[in-house]
Amino acid sequence: MKIANKTVTAERLVRDALEKAKHFSDYHIFTFLNEENAIKKAREIDRKIAAGEKVGRLAGVPYALKDNFLSPEGETTASAHILEGFVSPVTATAVKKLEDEGAIMIGRTNLDAFAHGSSTENSYFGPTHNAFDFDRVAGGSSGGSAVAVALDIVEFATGTDTGGSIRQPASFNGVYGLKPTYGCISRYGVVAMASSTDCVGFFAQTPDDMDVLMSIASGQDSKDMTTLPDYYGSAEPESTNKRRIGIIKDFDNESVDPEIQKALAQKVELLRSRGHEIVDLSMPSLKYALAAYYIIVPAEVASNLSRYDGVRYGFRSKESTTLNELYDNTRSEGFMSENKRRIMIGNFVLSSGFYDAYFLKAAKARTLIIGEYEKAFSKVDFILTPVSPNPAFKLGEKVNDPIAMYLEDMMSVSLNLAGVPGLAIPAGKNKTGLPIGLQLVGPRRSDKNLIQFSKELEEND
Amino acid sequence: MDIKREDIIHLAELSDFSLSEAEITFLGGDLRGIINYISQLDQLNTDDISPTYQVFEMKNVWRDDEIKEQEANREQLLKLTKDEKDYQIKVPKVL
Repeated sequence: MKIANKTVTAERLVRDALEKAKHFSDYHIFTFLNEENAIKKAREIDRKIAAGEKVGRLAGVPYALKDNFLSPEGETTASAHILEGFVSPVTATAVKKLEDEGAIMIGRTNLDAFAHGSSTENSYFGPTHNAFDFDRVAGGSSGGSAVAVALDIVEFATGTDTGGSIRQPASFNGVYGLKPTYGCISRYGVVAMASSTDCVGFFAQTPDDMDVLMSIASGQDSKDMTTLPDYYGSAEPESTNKRRIGIIKDFDNESVDPEIQKALAQKVELLRSRGHEIVDLSMPSLKYALAAYYIIVPAEVASNLSRYDGVRYGFRSKESTTLNELYDNTRSEGFMSENKRRIMIGNFVLSSGFYDAYFLKAAKARTLIIGEYEKAFSKVDFILTPVSPNPAFKLGEKVNDPIAMYLEDMMSVSLNLAGVPGLAIPAGKNKTGLPIGLQLVGPRRSDKNLIQFSKELEEND
Repeated sequence: MDIKREDIIHLAELSDFSLSEAEITFLGGDLRGIINYISQLDQLNTDDISPTYQVFEMKNVWRDDEIKEQEANREQLLKLTKDEKDYQIKVPKVL
């Protein structure tokens, strides 16, 4: 990561990033460019450096902020019409921690509206294009953040991961993407999607950059009662011992693209050649994770999105004569189709008569899934799996087929249900040049070891 | 299971929005497909399994009820609304 010092000014780093962002404007990566403030902040850092004053660990490092993090710089829209015009008076804790270390937000990135999606095509502002193939999706929901890092516009970007929204776009664009342990990073000031699975995380170009970001952003926050007491910084240093790596054998491997299977097999061989032990795992409940996820998450979405009513902030429909009409019209006009699908599914699985068969059943399935992870991590240190069954698909290919889109999440959602961390790592490219990603999964609180161990998966050229 | 047109309209009502005719058709079709997909959980045996609703490991603790300074003040919050008068948010008539 390039950090401002006496030879490279923060202003240079920020101006370069802004210039690249404009150069790639066709990709629809950004919903807002923070030009004026970013340059002002960079100059202040340069002044401090010149005066010999102390600067932070991320001094002058330009970064991109997924547009579901609140801060007073630019509108926070979550790429949703219903939040149009919303400039937050408060700043997300994660943003504050990064900025306190001198990181400079150069722009807000595009996402599927309210992070509902796996391609960034559900954005009110239109889709983001893949960094390696303009006709393909960026992945999602944090598509803009992934492409901003992949095209080297910024050194890192923030993301949120509710079911794969960091790991999948990271894998579609060949960068590192971490979904930390549930509760590791404060979610204060982040637009809520599903409170029992939402996680804040990052896109970065190297494991070492990821480690720096995690050491800065993690930790307990009195403003988010679901943050764990600090553990990241005090994690035991990585051991040089040989590790046991689990491979999930009974997963639905037939639906995984053969080139992704091959990439996994190659990494398994690499790990073996480096002396690590490979262990076959049986996790039969995982094939139900997607169904459980698409019950639990919509239920929480229906609840979290009930707050958007046009009264206090954001978009308000104009032609309403009564308060009920105002709610109804604002929500009818303000939500995208995918938002409506998820809210309706949520209200379906929670409604009397269906609650036991769907929501309660899914909550029980979640217990089984957690149990399988616990059992697995009594036998292995980490698990290595694909992130998604396919590399980046074509724009428009799945956007009108929600089930096909949901199936892309089948290998990523179980981590969120279990609250365990997962790191998407680049694993080469397929024949047509599209990046392939794998994910390294660890037990809760293993984030630091996961990042360190991912270096074992790097090829030595 | 059979999801009828009235069920779709009812779900939209529960969700506080209305659907156009076109949305009733295509979202209705999507919902049928999704509900059919998630119904595969029937096949999973969950006898004697207790449900999990959250994965945060900590127990609730009580703290003193202190008044803390908030990041946003009243003026800043009221500025976010579309219509405001005398420190009140204005909305159309309720009844």
